[in-house]
Amino acid sequence: MDVRSQISMVFHLDKCIGCHTCSVACKNVWTDRKGTEYMWWNNVETKPGTGYPALWEDQEKFSGGWELVGGDLKLRSTDKKRTVFNIFHNPHQPSMDDYYEPWTYDYQNLFNAPEGPDQPTAEPISMVTGERIDIESGPNWDDDLGGSPVYAENDPNLGSLTEEQRQQLFAVERLVFFYFPRICNHCLNPSCVASCPSGALHKRGEDGIVLVDQKRCRAWRACVAACPYKKVFFNWHTGKSEKCILCFPRLETGQAPACFHSCVGRIRYLGVLLYDAARIEEVARHPDHELVAAHRSLILDPHDPEVAAAAVANGVHESVIDAARKSPVYRFVKDWGIALPPHIEYRTLPMLFYVPPMSPVMAQRNGQVLDHHHDPERDDLFHDIDRARVPLKFLASLFGAGNESHVRAALYKQKAVRLYRRSVTVGDVTTETAERALRESGSSVEEAQAIYELTSLPTFEDRFVIPPMHREEAIEMMKDPLTTKQEAGFGFLAGPRRGM
Amino acid sequence: MTSKKGIPWIKDEAKPELRSWEEFYRNRWQHDKIVRSTHGVNCTGGCTWQIHVKEGIVTWEMQGLDYPSLEHGLPPYEPRGCQRGISFSWYLYSPLRVKYPYLRGALLDLWTAARAEHEDPVDAWRSIVSDPDKRRRYQRARGKGGFRRASWDDVLELMAAAQVHTIEKHGPDRIVGFSPIPAMSMISYASGARMLQLMGGVSLSFYDWYCDLPSASPETWGEQTDVAESADWYHAKLLAVMGSNLNMTRTPDCHFAAEARHNGSKMWVFSPDFAQVSKYADEWVAINAGQDGAWWMAVNHVLLKELHHERQVPYFLDYTRRYTDAPLLVEMVENEGGDGQPATYRPGQMLRANRLERYRDVEHGDWKFLMWDDAANAPRMPKGSAGFRWAEKDKGKWNLKLEDGTDGSPIDPRLTFLDSSDEVVEVELDDFGLGRSTRRGVPIRVLETADGTRVRVTTVYDLLMAQYGVPRGLPGEYPESYDDADFPYTPAWAEQYTGMGRDLLIRFAREWGRTAELTGGKCTIIIGAGINHWYHANLMYRAGIHALMFCGCVGVNGGGLAHYVGQEKLAPGEPWGALAFGKDWVGATRLQNAPSWHYVHTDQWRYERSFTDYHTVPPGQPEGSMARGHTMDTQVKAVRSGWLPFFPQFDRSSIEVVREARAAGCETDREVVDWVVEQLRKGALRFAVEDPDAPENWPRVWFIWRGNALMASAKGHEYFLKHYLGTHHNEVSEELAEDAVEEVEWRSPAPEGKMDLVVDLNFRMDTSALYSDVVLPAATWYEKADLNSTDLHSFIHPLSKAVPPCWESKSDWQIFRAIAEKFSEVAARRFPEPVEDLVAVPLAHDSAAEIAQPNGTGLSDWTKGEVEAIPGKTMPGFKVVRRDYKNLHRQYCSFGPQAREKGLGAHGTHYPIEDVYDELAANGHSERWDAARYPSVREDEDACNLILQLATVTNGELAWRSYKELEEKVGLPLAHLAEKSRNVRVSYKDLQCQPRRLINSPMWSGLTENGRSYSPFTYNVEALVPWRTLTGRQHFYLDHPVYLQYGEHLPTYKPKPLPVHYGDMRISANGHPGAEQAGAVSGNGGGPPAMTLNYLTPHGKWHIHSTYGDNQRMTTLSRGVEPFWINDRDAAELGIADNDWVEVFNDHGVVVTRAAVSARIPRGISIQYHSPERTYSVPLSPLRGNRRAGGHNSLTRTRLKPNLMAGGYGQFTFHFNYWGPTGCNRDTHILVRKLPELRW
Repeated sequence: MDVRSQISMVFHLDKCIGCHTCSVACKNVWTDRKGTEYMWWNNVETKPGTGYPALWEDQEKFSGGWELVGGDLKLRSTDKKRTVFNIFHNPHQPSMDDYYEPWTYDYQNLFNAPEGPDQPTAEPISMVTGERIDIESGPNWDDDLGGSPVYAENDPNLGSLTEEQRQQLFAVERLVFFYFPRICNHCLNPSCVASCPSGALHKRGEDGIVLVDQKRCRAWRACVAACPYKKVFFNWHTGKSEKCILCFPRLETGQAPACFHSCVGRIRYLGVLLYDAARIEEVARHPDHELVAAHRSLILDPHDPEVAAAAVANGVHESVIDAARKSPVYRFVKDWGIALPPHIEYRTLPMLFYVPPMSPVMAQRNGQVLDHHHDPERDDLFHDIDRARVPLKFLASLFGAGNESHVRAALYKQKAVRLYRRSVTVGDVTTETAERALRESGSSVEEAQAIYELTSLPTFEDRFVIPPMHREEAIEMMKDPLTTKQEAGFGFLAGPRRGM
Repeated sequence: MTSKKGIPWIKDEAKPELRSWEEFYRNRWQHDKIVRSTHGVNCTGGCTWQIHVKEGIVTWEMQGLDYPSLEHGLPPYEPRGCQRGISFSWYLYSPLRVKYPYLRGALLDLWTAARAEHEDPVDAWRSIVSDPDKRRRYQRARGKGGFRRASWDDVLELMAAAQVHTIEKHGPDRIVGFSPIPAMSMISYASGARMLQLMGGVSLSFYDWYCDLPSASPETWGEQTDVAESADWYHAKLLAVMGSNLNMTRTPDCHFAAEARHNGSKMWVFSPDFAQVSKYADEWVAINAGQDGAWWMAVNHVLLKELHHERQVPYFLDYTRRYTDAPLLVEMVENEGGDGQPATYRPGQMLRANRLERYRDVEHGDWKFLMWDDAANAPRMPKGSAGFRWAEKDKGKWNLKLEDGTDGSPIDPRLTFLDSSDEVVEVELDDFGLGRSTRRGVPIRVLETADGTRVRVTTVYDLLMAQYGVPRGLPGEYPESYDDADFPYTPAWAEQYTGMGRDLLIRFAREWGRTAELTGGKCTIIIGAGINHWYHANLMYRAGIHALMFCGCVGVNGGGLAHYVGQEKLAPGEPWGALAFGKDWVGATRLQNAPSWHYVHTDQWRYERSFTDYHTVPPGQPEGSMARGHTMDTQVKAVRSGWLPFFPQFDRSSIEVVREARAAGCETDREVVDWVVEQLRKGALRFAVEDPDAPENWPRVWFIWRGNALMASAKGHEYFLKHYLGTHHNEVSEELAEDAVEEVEWRSPAPEGKMDLVVDLNFRMDTSALYSDVVLPAATWYEKADLNSTDLHSFIHPLSKAVPPCWESKSDWQIFRAIAEKFSEVAARRFPEPVEDLVAVPLAHDSAAEIAQPNGTGLSDWTKGEVEAIPGKTMPGFKVVRRDYKNLHRQYCSFGPQAREKGLGAHGTHYPIEDVYDELAANGHSERWDAARYPSVREDEDACNLILQLATVTNGELAWRSYKELEEKVGLPLAHLAEKSRNVRVSYKDLQCQPRRLINSPMWSGLTENGRSYSPFTYNVEALVPWRTLTGRQHFYLDHPVYLQYGEHLPTYKPKPLPVHYGDMRISANGHPGAEQAGAVSGNGGGPPAMTLNYLTPHGKWHIHSTYGDNQRMTTLSRGVEPFWINDRDAAELGIADNDWVEVFNDHGVVVTRAAVSARIPRGISIQYHSPERTYSVPLSPLRGNRRAGGHNSLTRTRLKPNLMAGGYGQFTFHFNYWGPTGCNRDTHILVRKLPELRW
């Protein structure tokens, strides 16, 4: 057992409102400079949709992540040997067309236009070329089903549906969408790290954050292709790859990452998980339908004295183990099993988990009018999960490598919690009904109460249990912390240079 | 630590120096200062933000998290703030920032030349505006570039000259200001308003103009709007969300709804498109656009039938008796004719108490009403009505105790005469949907009145049962079952309008009823602009409100109507009102309802015929009925009768009028008023509204600040360009009113370019700035001190200076202070002494004028001799005031003595403030002039503190006093509500430390002690303080004579105006045969085919109104334009692919943008989210000769619903932003086609 700690995350999709505040919070702080204009370390996608960069989930096209070849894990994009032959050209690299060409407007024309016969307007201008631009794509182009015949209908996750089922998704009876916010998953088995010929990408030992060393990066861009989530970006100005850093400067000072802090849907949770690093490769080799369970099995119980002892032996700080015991992520992922990894079939073992969303009941046409599916026999206040608008198959493609069982269980449990709370707060759902639903979803009154509280009532401190980062110890390895206290900040800042 | 085998990418700090690069990102995160501020943008968010400053530059903003927590068991408010708010810092240093004053070049040239010629700036200004060619020269240049940077001194002088000239030549009420939504930055609003009101200028309303005002709220509750804070949604166990897209428009609050669901609440969403909020719904009801009223009418049918009649839920019936007008008696009016047929009746007005012998001589007996008391088996007069509220003799009985108003005996009100009627008569009820009437039996009691006549009465409740069609074994055309589609308002009837099945509706109604029964009324309707912007929105709202009232959901936590459209809640209203409208110095204000003003002055009235072309009213309206004719005539009538204000008041200067009166020998103010009334009566003096196109009646100088008055809110934008600005426009409508109007002068041709000067204060170059003559650089929300409050939560927030105002910008408060200073300097030469001004004031809500016009006398017109002209009763009131122009700037900076003398109040409250005033005047911040000392409001922060110190929501002692005074009127204990917070006093600095919660105040109807979430009307329900209505109760029945004529006395369904009748496409459809039918595709003389669609402009995701939408963040996250959302099959028929350019047009104007093609949008409707600018990414329009296309309001126009002008009667009395017609726009239709050619 090789016990490591990892800062991990849960996004509760049932609560996500698709506002993109997270995206802007991140952009303001990290990617608002030359070379990063097109980067959205945090973005929010409409599902169904093709996302950003367009069709990133299509690994036939982008060849990200790992594949099992004869029982062995291989990078789909390349491996270190092959990289040498692809120095100047990476065939799987997304192009500007896949992202978008960033633009602004000639705003100054409004002030400076001389008096003319007609009203001046500020025309769009490319931030890359400075020329006038015809805007044809953006980082959120298919938001809220915009352009649904072009984008939503081509969501790669619809591949598992029949043609008829796909068509239904765009008729009023079943029309639906939900939001899918994405940041770097800070994976346990990161293909971006594995692909880097320079060793610039690494996963921090103390917290598992995946970083691109801005000094060592040599612009190979193998990471960009290898990440199946397309969450590593190339800064064309500095010639370095950059990616979500999980706001480590904020975490190190006990603050939640900017996108977590700013999430007004209150959908995000952050905390430490202890896991067994010795099993990573073995777990990643499981067949698709077993991957979710295998991944979950990697996560260790921080209350288990044996685990704690192994962690201490491995150098994990006692205070971090304590944080792991309070981790909201542990509860969602391990205790309750309702948060699931995205596209586990890429086998990078992502450490960001999603609670799948419930959705409205399907409608049916009844002559000239629409009605909703309803079973008068059952008098279900909250409709059957199988009659929800989002097909289970679709969710299973996103959050179960095609295996519906985990998604189904997560949705049933959420519904059971609602029935339980209804029985407590209104009473038109009987206690027996609620308890039966809890039983059938493998839950209990105690668990339902806990799920409810962490879903509905959490404070900032409940949502984000940030482990102490013990910067004094980290700094001590390089410099006396007292000296740091005295000298920090003096000196001249210099930006990174290409190739450095 | 040890390195790990087999996983080389997990890197410990074995070589720590390798990690020194991490400072690259650490350095970025470092910052120098954090300052608390918020955004003054009418988003209702009112979020607390931490503005991060680094090296003296604002770098980014993050949400504050430190809201005080509410009661246990509620989710916390943190964080608040959305994608738009967090993008604001972009503006500060952006290329869109207005850094310096700008002046239109053509005007600057004229001004420079005139100044060279005239020593006096007023003479210089006159030389320009009195020369038609010169005036035309710069008016035509408006919006067409040619700005020049100017100095503050130069623009201040030009503005002062324009104001002084206008006052001299036309009168001060030709100077107007528009700034919306004070709550979002109340000091900034107060700035221009204060300057204008001290001067005698006009402030335009916004809440009604924006169509944010839900007319049903004053109709039902006598309340502009009072709604639950968002945390209270969490208490609701059934959430019905309609016309409100929570994710979009309540972004920081939406989580409460999500979290309620996980607490077992059920959520229904009503929306024609799969609006973003639908993803949360348990049931998304894909209701046809604008048919929500039909849904709720049928829901009420089910609720009444099953839970009031067949089974009588005790809570529901008890609530209905106590808190609504349902038990009150209504007099039935016999229809004429008959010819041997049995008589039929129509419901008339509520029976007045003084009609009965027992109450013949009670004070204000016309304004007291009757219930049938079961114990006495006789009619009794309950306390609480307007007659008790305005009592002069019989005080202390304005309360909701069910007691007789004379002897205090208890009343056990009977709701229905079903089992105790004297007779059953046939009552004629309108069915506007099918254009007919139905006759239904109603049980009647016959009463003998004091004069010996016999009157037939029934209860409001029995009328509701009949109107909703509840079969109770009575004769007449009642439906037999829910499946009877032929009669309103069955579930089957509703199907034809809503497109939703009856079973669904019945299931909804039962869930609603069951939830309310089990929880004591915890059902909430969250409702918004998606409903409120329809022409008949008041009816849709009323239908929903009735479902709440029938089930006891109003005035309980977790229940009620949660209407959120516009950040209207200015919490510390009492001192703010005094400061903003100069009431501390001058005793009367000029507050104008903007919808009427723009309808008249932009000449949009000229482009339509009778409103009955599109507004369905009961057939056979007699001569003289107000339910016929032209809206403009109703408008004139409303002004004459004192129902609505109108400015300019007269066909000459109001200062001149007083001068004339004095010259004619009038000595007292009373004599002046009498003289003016006489001049009006004989026609020697006329109201300007009767001849609005005469040059002397034009508005001349317009200040715009904090709003986008020429674009985002300009319903009929192109008419604004034509008639106000006199510049190019794209409307092609036809004038139709000449033969349809009777009360107004017709002048031909219509005037173009009425405005002499348009001034815009702005931090960004928006459309209004682009079209203005003067653009002044305003400080942003991170550069000034101000206050912010909202409905959506119960905290008050500061705006703060993270950095000083950038470049040459100033705060609005300082800009108007500077304008006032220059004005005083220039005016001193022309007006060295104070002048007298006569102000016309309409009959006002929360004043005794609520009982001015009893029993339909308001319908009579004094100009026709039908009634005597009595100011403040049958016509507007008039007040002589004194204006001291020389000292106007000093007054601006000093909180005046009238506030100290008169005390403060709002919503009918009052409290003394002498001690706090003196305290403020004694501190270091005071103004001393003319031997007196006043609290200073010279600096922004002084104004903030003054408001906080003097408001009941932030000063507990004053709240206590205000309750104490109200106790005398109510006759019940109230001051205990303030005991717990009596020692609270909040300062501006306190707010900068942490947002503070508002305390209990009688100005508001919710209660907040002990962290209780604010829910409106809990005060009324629990403390038995009446609603501020005619009867003191919540009104089902609206017996204003105008409402009876319009058939809106009872809840009803009226069909949507048809596109052609509405006149959007009379001309445009010509080139497109068949296009008048919604959805029809037609050719275009060889051009691309076009299609008619309903054009909806709900609030969008990437902007708050027009703010943020033009910034680089939001344009990037959207599509670089505000696209035109169209159904995929509709688009396919027109050959339009996603992101194609489209041309969208009707008679009013044209929009060119890109298509967002989506299955999310149903066929037959289109969406362009409110509100795009025409300043960026707008190409030319081939249909309009390749002129620049417009914005969304290029396709709309102003339509006023005339019965919303009714006044002089109970809750139907004017108050600024409370009553009057609204600027509805949802019924608009357009044609769309693929753009043939893209040209810039």
